[in-house]
Amino acid sequence: MRMIANVLRSLGHRAVDGVWRLGFIARFLAMVLLYSGQSFRRVHLTIREIYFSGVLSLLIILVSGLFVGLVLGLQGYETLQRYGSSEALGVLVALSLTRELGPVVAALLFASRAGSAVTAEIGLMKTTEQLTAMDMMAVNPIARVVAPRFWGGVISMPLLAALFSAMGVFGGWLIGVPFIGVDDGAFWSQMQAAVDFRYDILNGVIKSVVFGVAVSLIAVFEGFDCVPTAEGVSRAITRTVVSSALAILALDFVLTSFMFRG
Amino acid sequence: MPPSTSDSLVSLRNVRFAYGEREILRGIDLEIPRGKVVAIMGGSGCGKTTLLRLIGGQIQASSGEVRVADKVLKNLPKSDLYALRRRMGMLFQFGALFTDMSVFDNVAFPMREHTNLDETLIRDLVLMKLDAVGLRGAYKLMPAELSGGMARRVALARSVALDPMLIMYDEPFAGLDPISLGIIGQLIRRLNDALGASSIMVTHDVSESLEIVDHVCFVSEGRIVAQGTPAQIRESRDPFVHQFVHAEADGPVPFHYPAAPIAEDLLGAEERR
Ligand SMILES: Nc1ncnc2c1ncn2[C@@H]1O[C@H](COP(=O)(O)OP(=O)(O)OP(=O)(O)O)[C@@H](O)[C@H]1O
Ligand SMILES: [Mg+2]
Repeated sequence: MRMIANVLRSLGHRAVDGVWRLGFIARFLAMVLLYSGQSFRRVHLTIREIYFSGVLSLLIILVSGLFVGLVLGLQGYETLQRYGSSEALGVLVALSLTRELGPVVAALLFASRAGSAVTAEIGLMKTTEQLTAMDMMAVNPIARVVAPRFWGGVISMPLLAALFSAMGVFGGWLIGVPFIGVDDGAFWSQMQAAVDFRYDILNGVIKSVVFGVAVSLIAVFEGFDCVPTAEGVSRAITRTVVSSALAILALDFVLTSFMFRG
Repeated sequence: MPPSTSDSLVSLRNVRFAYGEREILRGIDLEIPRGKVVAIMGGSGCGKTTLLRLIGGQIQASSGEVRVADKVLKNLPKSDLYALRRRMGMLFQFGALFTDMSVFDNVAFPMREHTNLDETLIRDLVLMKLDAVGLRGAYKLMPAELSGGMARRVALARSVALDPMLIMYDEPFAGLDPISLGIIGQLIRRLNDALGASSIMVTHDVSESLEIVDHVCFVSEGRIVAQGTPAQIRESRDPFVHQFVHAEADGPVPFHYPAAPIAEDLLGAEERR
């Protein structure tokens, strides 16, 4: 009896805690948006963060995209040829990438490459009193440090996802056409006919924008909110990676169910 | 004796502050007269940094009143607080330099954020500030390449970058060799007089600070227990002041953080076994 009560109590406690934290994040987002003016007025601040989050993630995004495309090419061909429609390989590769794999996998990689770095940087700035010092100089740390990093991530994410998909399509082609011998013309023309700009590509871009907002928000929030010690920073980084992954996958389900109901 | 409010840039009236349950400050009364350099001394952990944070508006007193430039800090809107802080400089106990910027950019930071000066002028100003702390030659280095004492001198240059009216130094002498210590002490005095500013200096360095300050306050157990001009302090027969000035181990200043007697702690562990 007691045990059940305890379990219920801790469950309730966690739920309340989670909701409270969500409200906290929402308020933080409102603050970031409120103080975003500077990120655009002094655009070099944001460009610097696009470089650190976006450009430095390019390599891992491109290489992963290529490998995912190669695997898609192999697996897709293997399945399609059973039904004698191996020319549809281009369609399969392009649709899987633009609708799902591009945004989702790129966002997962982005969270672990760039999101964790942003959390670590902001967390360390907090630990070494740099944020307090800035605040004492009458410079708002949310406007000067947090908002440019947030927007840098939001802008980088869709571009990285697009590059991931492009690289993946190239990987699929590499396996399908020169390696296996699918007809080159059929590969591209079927792809062109089957992929719809609004339905497939635009929805994919919307997904990657949503993921970009989610990952960037989680990364800056965890850094800003961390316990200012070495241990606190390392925990915050872990939380960034874990909650970003969960958020991406859950949001993907929600978005997919709205976008592609058939 | 402390002068009346209008002559004071900073005034604290019966200020109390607690971190959670632990009350750190228990009724501080303090006046910082305009144009003067005031030293605050006290044992480690007695709440000196906390006092500076209260004056800077980073934390709020749980009761009592903190006034800076005739503004009450309690519930001051953020924009007003920022307007006030633009005219304050603070040297943090651990420097708090921006690690992603060079020494030059650190000192230039407040100028770039708050003024429209063009880069050539900023360059001259920054090099002048760095020259004053003896580090003009180090302007290209990153904070990670500085020694502890150098980092604090850069932080000092940064805290006076905008020629503030109130400068707060949290242990400016920590980690300095005797030569730089003397120079920095003189610099603090000269800056104060040249800018017409007021300075608050938290320090443990009794002999150096008695040379340069106008007024000394001793903090203990959350209160100001003694204060006076350096001459009065040197003469003082107050046991607390005497212990501090002559660095004696025995006296009213406790060395230990409050705890149960050590015998109890050690024997207690024995019994539990
Ligand atoms: N963030 C905090 N949370 C809880 N307690 C704190 C915090 N910061 C400081 N304290 C406590 O407040 C007391 C005063 O701290 P403060 O940093 O003001 O001391 P100090 O006089 O500056 O000491 P020192 O000369 O060693 O720098 C200390 O006993 C410390 O334990
Ligand atoms: Mg201190």
